[in-house]
Amino acid sequence: MSPILEVKDLQTSYGTVNVLAGVSFTVEQGETYAMVGESGSGKTTVIRAIAGLAPAQAGSVKFDGQEIRGVGERAMRPLRKDIAMMFQDPTGSLSPRLTIRNLITEPYKIQGMKDRDLDAEAKRLLELVNLPAHFADRYPYQLSGGQARRVGVARALALEPKLILADEPTAGLDVSVQGELLNLLNDLRERLDLSMVIITHNLNVVRHVADRMGILYLGRLVEEGTTEAIFHEPRHPYTNCLLSANPEPDPDARLDRIALKGEPPSLVKRPTGCEFRDRCPMASDICTQVPHWEVTDGHGVRCLTPRHL
Amino acid sequence: MSVTLLEIDNLSVDYETARGDLKALRNISFDVNKGEIVGIVGESGCGKSTLISAILRLIAPNTRFRSGEVRFKGEDLLTRSESEMRGLRGGDISIVFQDPMQTHNPVIAIGKQMTDIQHRSNATKAEKLATAAKMLGAVGIPDPELRLGQYPHEFSGGMRQRIAIAMALMSEPDLLIADEPTTALDATLEVQIIERLKDLQRDLGCAVLFISHHLGVIAELCDRVVVMYAGAVVESGTVREIFHNPKHPYTRRLIECDPGHIKERARILPTIPGEVPDLANLPDGCIFRDRCDQAMDRCAQVPPLARLSEGHNAACWLNHAEEVA
Repeated sequence: MSPILEVKDLQTSYGTVNVLAGVSFTVEQGETYAMVGESGSGKTTVIRAIAGLAPAQAGSVKFDGQEIRGVGERAMRPLRKDIAMMFQDPTGSLSPRLTIRNLITEPYKIQGMKDRDLDAEAKRLLELVNLPAHFADRYPYQLSGGQARRVGVARALALEPKLILADEPTAGLDVSVQGELLNLLNDLRERLDLSMVIITHNLNVVRHVADRMGILYLGRLVEEGTTEAIFHEPRHPYTNCLLSANPEPDPDARLDRIALKGEPPSLVKRPTGCEFRDRCPMASDICTQVPHWEVTDGHGVRCLTPRHL
Repeated sequence: MSVTLLEIDNLSVDYETARGDLKALRNISFDVNKGEIVGIVGESGCGKSTLISAILRLIAPNTRFRSGEVRFKGEDLLTRSESEMRGLRGGDISIVFQDPMQTHNPVIAIGKQMTDIQHRSNATKAEKLATAAKMLGAVGIPDPELRLGQYPHEFSGGMRQRIAIAMALMSEPDLLIADEPTTALDATLEVQIIERLKDLQRDLGCAVLFISHHLGVIAELCDRVVVMYAGAVVESGTVREIFHNPKHPYTRRLIECDPGHIKERARILPTIPGEVPDLANLPDGCIFRDRCDQAMDRCAQVPPLARLSEGHNAACWLNHAEEVA
């Protein structure tokens, strides 16, 4: 079976700022793929470019075998039925003047599906995300952060999409409710056979939902593999740094921390050679050469001195 | 013998609203000793921000102090005049706010902002600039002299937060309040900030009141921890007691929910079902009762914050099992 999403060498520049320098990955039917990166790594641009909401000057985005990069708004609109976005800011992405009923049934109106019983659909969608039916008459300001997120999920699911693009689905949520949202996503994916791309900077969160993940640095994947492989045998030093930068809720945790030096370099003036070398704890002379993407056993890495090999 | 620097004693604060009084803080008591790092942990709506504004008396007009004292070096801040408070803020007590992108004035160079806040000092302008450069260096900003002429937008988020820390520490305060200083930052930068804060605290010896919802950061940085829920202290103790021997169900569940705690891939993640109660319309009894899976009849009464062992307090009837109800 062909993958539901196939992204090849996707490139985006804003003026001279080269945000995505060639990103390639595939998502199989029913798979959850996590794109992990820090501020400025280009992770949001990746999903916005896939959805046609950000420019992509080169490369290819195939959805269900069909090329969708640069096809224009008119061709994109019917496709948005199949590709749903979940935006980062839960309350900010909901119009404050619409009721929850209107918000979650808006997609039907946009797609011209006038024959639907919108009240029934609203009820069905609220039930799907475990919100009580009377929430249909509420306004966004009457919701907690976790509830607003679930409305975002309901809205994304309205048109029974094949692919969901979720931007930081748990950012800003309290720990006691963030599990709820992840459980919901896991559950929905099994019930509805959804494929998902989740964007996040929090490795701990995606560990429990992603099948595979890619680590993005300066608009390039530096490592990709199954979630197991990334956590148990990370090969790129940057992935190592990310994994060890997670303070544990245990005062006696042995800190075997690999400190990351400095801050991400400017995209306007990309470093030569390996782009991570100025911050890399393992950097050596060889790193002035440009590392290539190498894949062994389905585990890809862009590093001249990878670990665990 | 440790010397108490800040004592919050039975502090209760309401907000007057159209729906009635919102009881934002109820009978809060804890101490911060000299040179100690105390963490306040709690989720949205637990009263962390109200507590900070109450300590600094930077309060909204509808705030009402209902009871209690905030004693700093033995003197109640709530009875001080506004001009006395102004003298304390940014002097003996300083603060680092959550959002590093909005704490600096965007149209004034960093060096000028850093000399302006030394307005109490009699040093010359050149000396003030030298102090500013020294502090920038201390928080790990490279080429500090050159960067003094730059504007906030020329620094990254992590650098801006380090500059905010530098500015807060310039007056060599006795107490630094840090309000979620790493929440807006990436994990790798968060770690950098925490390590920096630890080093500076060791060098300067100031006490830190560190507010965060991130348990991992609290565990790593703090000596003692105060756990807040819906405007009340539910547990307080040394960092080891809180994380290894939690005595309140909320603390226990909160630690369980932290995804950093779950090492193996889980299909179903732990959560705390339910919502924080409405503080304008408080339920009877224990504030956590509706969400607690160990609630019992006795929880219809408010449990006191009881001392369980030296330096470990919890407000839960489960710790009073042997006593007659």
